[in-house]
Amino acid sequence: MIQKNVTSLGYRPTIGLEIHVELSTASKMFCACPNHFGDPPNTNVCPVCLGMPGVLPTMNRQAYEYAVLMALALNCRIAEFTKWDRKGYYYPDLPKNYQISQYDLPLGSDGYIDLLVNGQTKRIGITRAHLEEDAGKNVHDLPDCTGVDLNRAGVPLLEIVSEPDLNCVEEVMAYARSMRQLVRYLGISQANMQQGHMRFEPNISLWIFDDSEPDGGHYTPIIEVKNLNSFRSLERTVAFEIARQAEEWQADPHGYRMDKMSKQNRGWDDVREVTVYQRHKEEADEYRYFPEPDLLPVEIDDAWLERIKAQLPELPIARYARFREEFGLDEKLTTLLTSERTTADYFEAVIQAGASPRRAANLIQSQGMRLANEKGTDVAELGISPQRLAQLCKLTDDDTVSASAAATIFQAMLESDAPPEKIASERNLMQVSDTSALESIVAQVLADNAKAVADYKSGGKKAKKARSFLLGQVMQKSKGQANPKVVGELIDREVLGQT
Amino acid sequence: MPAKIDPDQVRRIARLARINLTTDELEQFAGQLSDILNYIDQLSELNTEGVEPTTHPLKISNVFRQDQIGQSLSNEQALANAPRTHGDFFAVPKVLE
Repeated sequence: MIQKNVTSLGYRPTIGLEIHVELSTASKMFCACPNHFGDPPNTNVCPVCLGMPGVLPTMNRQAYEYAVLMALALNCRIAEFTKWDRKGYYYPDLPKNYQISQYDLPLGSDGYIDLLVNGQTKRIGITRAHLEEDAGKNVHDLPDCTGVDLNRAGVPLLEIVSEPDLNCVEEVMAYARSMRQLVRYLGISQANMQQGHMRFEPNISLWIFDDSEPDGGHYTPIIEVKNLNSFRSLERTVAFEIARQAEEWQADPHGYRMDKMSKQNRGWDDVREVTVYQRHKEEADEYRYFPEPDLLPVEIDDAWLERIKAQLPELPIARYARFREEFGLDEKLTTLLTSERTTADYFEAVIQAGASPRRAANLIQSQGMRLANEKGTDVAELGISPQRLAQLCKLTDDDTVSASAAATIFQAMLESDAPPEKIASERNLMQVSDTSALESIVAQVLADNAKAVADYKSGGKKAKKARSFLLGQVMQKSKGQANPKVVGELIDREVLGQT
Repeated sequence: MPAKIDPDQVRRIARLARINLTTDELEQFAGQLSDILNYIDQLSELNTEGVEPTTHPLKISNVFRQDQIGQSLSNEQALANAPRTHGDFFAVPKVLE
């Protein structure tokens, strides 16, 4: 791999990420049109979001509170006073010719998020979080024009800018996924990638270690890649840029550096899987910001802030740590259970209803997540109440049903509201652990299979295989209902005289 | 009063605002914009020590709307004044080739 070779020559990727998240309010940011994906083009529009003359925007309180909630979850300083600004914008998907945004007074700043990367915690700085309005959608596949659908124009959009604290692809991905998990925990965005609720813009450069320089090295020119709308394209873009910049630097160690070249915009080509040069940024972007005269400032006092703070749930990383400690589950299982707030809530409700954490975790993972995935839903939405799942866990733990029968019962519970015990008895899935009931089957099997008995008794190479064979015969005769542990003990006692 | 704005600056501002200007207009607006800035400059004679920057002339804040859906326009109404349409879309010159 190119990446590995160059690492040994001494560089460190330095990456900052801008993320745009659409907030899941009912209505748009500055007008009462529905914030809803998938409706016929240009039907969720009104004179305000169409940029008609003489209209006035009005602020959506819910959107502001959602944004503050996220800023709090990111440990940001919350601005007591913010205002709105106009940012010059000359594309047809925002017909006002400006975007309402927050320029010099973002609602949140100087925060951080802790990530778990390869079992280690890493803290990533958050430069700022601010609220703005989304643009509409351009449709490029029409014959001789570009079509514009303004249903999305004016949807509340939260922009979160990280410090350049990300140093590898894994960290970028952990950061992006943590952000998605966080907004879903907070319930402020569905973060549905297919519907474009989340977009990424990485800023990538390499720090080249060089002892001969006064600062101990230098940066390669920063590359910004705009508008990535999937985790896959983010991951490939960052990996590609790291390798590409390393190659450019190797080809021209003295010229390819930030102090000699300005920032560049590149775009991701999803088909060729490369980034493509777009333009140099000769000067800082000139957006001609000025204060938005049509909107009044927002001031947050302590009382309001406290009310928003009270809505903060236990955050994913805290919940992960607590699950590990309280339930003694491994990293992989805990990560799965805490990936979504609904799943974590469901798991805890099952425990509350009396299940053992390990059994509940295993059933949710092996059956619940598989079935939820097949149905395209969430474990908590499968229609199995925490109480019923807890009953199934208890039946499995006390050997009333076997682990494989539990899987069958779990699936049957999707179709039936009956208690798991009833399903088990109706389908003859109750496990027989009663020694006297099994003794006659064992005696029969031993009598019919003298050779296997002899092999087992001999203790030779074939002994283990012979025992499994005998056990299998008993299980078959009991139609799978015998408790294998009890059967094994009975066979051992009869053949070897052990108790 | 010295000219505050030269024609080159006007050209740059015009480009940012997507406005085409003739050479004569560049000269004309450089003069007019300089006059305006000189006029506004009279404000700097005032002592503004200790005065908070004004972000809005009204001393009101936190005017919000509840997050409720209201009436939108129909597609026909929305497109009624568009110079060009294509099906349910506004039509503009091709953005990407």
